[in-house]
Amino acid sequence: MLNIGGLKEGIVLDHIEAGRSMDIYYHLGLDKLDCQVAIIKNARSNKMGRKDIIKIDGLLENLDLQILGYIDHNITVNIIRNEEIVEKKRLSLPQKITNVIKCKNPRCITSIEQELPHIFYLADEKKEIYRCQYCDERYNKKR
Amino acid sequence: MRHMLNPLDFSVEEIDRLLALADDIEHHLPKYAHVCDGKKLATLFYEPSTRTRLSFESAMLSLGGSVLGFSSADASSAAKGESVADTIRMISCYADIAAIRHPKEGAALVAAQKSSIPVINAGDGGHQHPTQTLTDLMTIHALTGRLSDMTIGLCGDLKFGRTVHSLINAMARYPDIRFVLIAPDELRVPSYIREDVLRARNITFKEVGNLDEAMPELDILYMTRVQRERFFNEEDYIRLKDSYILDRKKMKLAKPDMYILHPLPRVNEIATEIDDDPRAAYFKQAQYGVYVRMALIITLLGLEVK
Repeated sequence: MLNIGGLKEGIVLDHIEAGRSMDIYYHLGLDKLDCQVAIIKNARSNKMGRKDIIKIDGLLENLDLQILGYIDHNITVNIIRNEEIVEKKRLSLPQKITNVIKCKNPRCITSIEQELPHIFYLADEKKEIYRCQYCDERYNKKR
Repeated sequence: MRHMLNPLDFSVEEIDRLLALADDIEHHLPKYAHVCDGKKLATLFYEPSTRTRLSFESAMLSLGGSVLGFSSADASSAAKGESVADTIRMISCYADIAAIRHPKEGAALVAAQKSSIPVINAGDGGHQHPTQTLTDLMTIHALTGRLSDMTIGLCGDLKFGRTVHSLINAMARYPDIRFVLIAPDELRVPSYIREDVLRARNITFKEVGNLDEAMPELDILYMTRVQRERFFNEEDYIRLKDSYILDRKKMKLAKPDMYILHPLPRVNEIATEIDDDPRAAYFKQAQYGVYVRMALIITLLGLEVK
């Protein structure tokens, strides 16, 4: 396996569906940070066959787990301190997401009032269906 | 502070209390003549409506209150580009309660989030129209004596018809309700009604294309107009507008105690020849609409009636 240096203190996002790491990189705003970020694509995984991994050097104060849970709630978030995993966070689909996806219904109030936040609520957890808070338009998660 | 944005904002028990109040208003109108003395209702109508706006105004005037507002977006500061959020903040300083109709879905929710007075959704695009639903519930209850154990046929534009969506949401909460959804393929109910309301609650329903075949089993037939303003394409509208026309011949297939409801205005989907049929309840419905809006205004303002 490709060898990437271990973290003294930081966050490892493991079990990312292969090919989705760049989406997550941008959604979390990692491109705007100065810290070191390693993106490992198509790593071999016994559980998943192939997976992506993101290693972030340093502990982010505002890691948006809500967005992460929405994108892929199977991701494992490992918190590293003194080169050891001190916490494993499991994600779930958030009940509400704000300004992650946009309502595309041309009849929705958000189509004319630009300043409104685009808020979606979890309508069906099993089917992973979100709906616009304003117009109830369904959002199909692209996987 | 309570708002009325969606029929589900009120529990079944609260709806029952509201309908009981509306029933009392119907039978003891003078008792309520000064309940809203000194109170003002703002009617914010961003799209044309005769019936709903006048019904709200009639309701407030019957309670002794007064009314201010506008009846088209052109006549309001929306024409200058003001947002719903800003307008409602301003209106909150002028009135005690507001009724808003807007062509965009979710506009009433935006208003309620920014308002310091109770907001009533008087129709938001093709989405919800809860006071029409309250009117429909009161009409059904007044005519049949119940809101349970019945087969309700909904006919016409079930896709864009907001009254239909609201009525399904509300009636689905009562026991033993069955729906027959009668519409052309292009105007079937949206998926969120089918999945999140009907299927999610195991409500018995079927979707059919033929009105004649559905008629004999119905206790209520709710007719709707195919609305020109909901179409982006005029050709589609013209092709679909005459899909279902209720006439004397079709009424012969109906039960003797089936009632016809319609949110009005009608165009030609109910032939005028059946207006005198005792089962035609759509004009009575308009009267019930005033009583139920009176009850709603009293309830949202938290007023005591002696």
